[in-house]
Amino acid sequence: MNTSRVTLENIGKSYGEQWVVRAVNLQIQAGDFFTFLGPSGCGKTTLLRMIAGFAIPDEGSIRLDDREVSRMPPWQRDIGMVFQNYALWPHMTVFENVAFGLRERRIARDEINQRVNRALEMVDLKGRESRRPSQLSGGQQQRVALARTLVIQPKVLLLDEPLSNLDAKLRVEMRLELLKLQRGLGLTTIYVTHDQEEALAMSTKIAVMHQGRVVQVDQPRVIYEQPIDDFVAAFVGQANLLAGRIDSRTESRLAIDIGDGNFIEVSDGGTFRTGDAVWLSLRPEAIELALPGTEKTSVNNLHGIVAAAAYQGAFVEYEIAAANRIVKARVAHSKGKTLFQQGDEVMLTFAPDAVICLAGSDGK
Amino acid sequence: MELTTTVAIASPRQRTDWWQGAIMVVLLTILTAFILNPVLRVLWISVTDDQSNFTLIHFGNFFRRPLFRESLWNTLWSGALVVTFSTVLALPLAYVLARYEFRGKLLLQTAATLPLVIPPFVGAVALQLILGRSGMMNLLLQEWFDISIPIMEGLTGVVLVQTLHFFPFILLNTVVSLSNIDASLEEMAQNLGCHGLRLFRRVTLPLMLPGFIAGALLTFIRAIDDLGTPLMLNEKNLLAPQAYLRITTIGMDDVDGYVVCVVLVVLSMVTLLAARKYLSLAEYATVQRAAPVARQLHGRNLAVVWLVIAVILGISLLPHIGIVLLSFAKVWSFSLLPTTYTLGHYEEILFRVPHFIINTLIYTLLAAALDIVLGAAIAFLLLRTSVPGRNALDAIATMPLAIPGVVLAVGYLRVFHGWDFPGIGAPLTSSWLILVVAYTMRRLPYTVRACYAALQQVHITLEESAQNLGANRFRTFVKTTLPMIGGGLVAGGLIAFVTSCVELASTIMLVPRIELGPISYGIYLYMQSPLGRGAGAALGVVAILLVSFGTYLAHRVFGGRAGNAFRI
Repeated sequence: MNTSRVTLENIGKSYGEQWVVRAVNLQIQAGDFFTFLGPSGCGKTTLLRMIAGFAIPDEGSIRLDDREVSRMPPWQRDIGMVFQNYALWPHMTVFENVAFGLRERRIARDEINQRVNRALEMVDLKGRESRRPSQLSGGQQQRVALARTLVIQPKVLLLDEPLSNLDAKLRVEMRLELLKLQRGLGLTTIYVTHDQEEALAMSTKIAVMHQGRVVQVDQPRVIYEQPIDDFVAAFVGQANLLAGRIDSRTESRLAIDIGDGNFIEVSDGGTFRTGDAVWLSLRPEAIELALPGTEKTSVNNLHGIVAAAAYQGAFVEYEIAAANRIVKARVAHSKGKTLFQQGDEVMLTFAPDAVICLAGSDGK
Repeated sequence: MELTTTVAIASPRQRTDWWQGAIMVVLLTILTAFILNPVLRVLWISVTDDQSNFTLIHFGNFFRRPLFRESLWNTLWSGALVVTFSTVLALPLAYVLARYEFRGKLLLQTAATLPLVIPPFVGAVALQLILGRSGMMNLLLQEWFDISIPIMEGLTGVVLVQTLHFFPFILLNTVVSLSNIDASLEEMAQNLGCHGLRLFRRVTLPLMLPGFIAGALLTFIRAIDDLGTPLMLNEKNLLAPQAYLRITTIGMDDVDGYVVCVVLVVLSMVTLLAARKYLSLAEYATVQRAAPVARQLHGRNLAVVWLVIAVILGISLLPHIGIVLLSFAKVWSFSLLPTTYTLGHYEEILFRVPHFIINTLIYTLLAAALDIVLGAAIAFLLLRTSVPGRNALDAIATMPLAIPGVVLAVGYLRVFHGWDFPGIGAPLTSSWLILVVAYTMRRLPYTVRACYAALQQVHITLEESAQNLGANRFRTFVKTTLPMIGGGLVAGGLIAFVTSCVELASTIMLVPRIELGPISYGIYLYMQSPLGRGAGAALGVVAILLVSFGTYLAHRVFGGRAGNAFRI
């Protein structure tokens, strides 16, 4: 399939005084599954709509391969889009919905029939050509929407939170289906979501957005394991953010004072200097719990008291009062392992590798 | 209109209490007595002979008489023309209103509702003065070009007056359908390469069509139901005036009058059922997530829109201007404008014969109050209980939409004439109460709709949580339900008030004595003689003020959804 690279250069868009997107620079390679991830109102949908042509950027340029498209009307762009609510036309059958784009392209009737049939086969909806959208389930409607967009063989595929209207189980299934489909077609895909799990599971690259700006662009693994700041750390996955101050540094380790005589050691301390205020990001699943007094397995140990324990089968979510704050821990569980109860004294242990040191806890 | 589609909401866990059953019985009795029975009586007379045997001979006679055939054809033809011209006027305006932002939009919206405040039969008189044979326009044409355009004569005049009065109904319906279309449905088409007129034809038009057609059909019902305009313009060869003239001049025993009534009802019923079908289609077609983004109008396009606004505003204000001028005119005949002015007409209607205005206020406010009580009770039974008989209740309460005022009045005269009604010691037809009853029943569908919509928005859990916290049924109603539906009830009552103020068809047939007549009757009487026209016009101005005031209040209470009131 003939797929394109998308270049966004210094894109800005404002409504009145308010910049909803500002200074966005992105390179989306041909074949990428590229996700805009961020909370609602971060500008991700506006950015997507600018690529589709439903909004015109106030500054910057959008290029498809080397073609400037930022002022081109939507119907000339050859960029397929699947809307959050599917936007199936209720007055047309499934077949007519899928054939719409081909008819707009004045393609011969025989070829339209052929291509529509193939597209419906691909999304497993053969035999439902003459149904109306309202007669289909949510999952089926979504597959019609997908077929309708893919059948025109767009150069780029845009997906606007396509899974958000499905129930939890179907969402996980469709996630995998979509992943296989995209990898199979090798089609450049831009995906908008606020669901970090979806983003991590499907993307080849993620751009995390916050207040109209792109905060970090990288592969899912890097985004999760090396967040660039406290926002990314907290938004992608769960994170305990501990405010502290650099106490001392050696060749490979930083020691951070988090108050009340507690110190945490971190490897790979970046460019921080003694006295800098920092955030420490600690994933709940990186914490091990042990009975106080057991043999220490790491340099990082905190004493705490269980404030709440939620048993969830495969793991247990704890909230633990330690070092004058509440720390979340997510401990893998299997039959026979100790379950701590509210009020139990515990020792929190985590490796220096698991802690990430981020700039700027000043004034917070 | 959508009442029946959601009746099934009442959950099965609710048991039927005796008092709910009692309300149902009372309501069904009232509606049967004052809606179903009169209409069935009219039907009965039209299909039986002297010995009460079933016969279709009267209908055979109807279709054999050229006069009736012509009236039927004229009714259908003029109704269709009114809908067509209203559409031509309304469609582009609706598109501009729904899809564009521009300075002066509010002005256009207001201009579009102006025709609603002037009763068509009042507008007819005013337009005659301006566009009629010896009206302003033709006097000028005669002077300049020595020609005259008989635009107000006969059927043409009826169509013109009705178009000017009814196009806002189509406009409001179409604006609603257009703004109910989910934005993504059009954006998706653009994404797939479709735009401009092609986008409108393939996506926008099919999506708005059901809502538009429903509005058009309901406008058709109003047009064929309208008795006042043809009477004022002296166009007798239409079904409504035929029914009226048969009964009032030949008499209550003339079967032909009843046959004409039945034909009218059948036409309206069929149209109403069709409209209902399209309305349900329209609802299914709208997703209502995000309304399309309104685009800004600039430069040349804005100028064009402004020109259109000026023309529409000018045309829709013609009747208003005419009637106000006439109400102050001492002499206005064969001249461009009145030659001398006077306040005498207002003195006449305010001080010498004030009863028209007083009667109107008494009758319409009583009818509105009754409508609120009935409407709220019906809405309650439909939404909150599982009492048997709800479908029948809903059906009968909706029927008046398809019963022309003439037909209901004929039914009342037939049923309530000649026997003393319990409680008033005289036949109901000789009391002013008959007018209150007629207004109440005629406007009931509107109030039921308003109450139903209001109550529907109060989720049952809001009441359940009040009961859960210890409020009994009565206190729950007073403290949670009533405050939430109060606005809807008042708005429903205002709609009944406003439309009853200008109800002519049933009024002129049912007024027992002149001194018991309301404004619409007064206008009709005064307009019969050239000398009385001024006073009639002054009454018309009072009617316009009452309607404007009521509409304004409804807007205040209803907020942005006030347009809904005019959607049936």
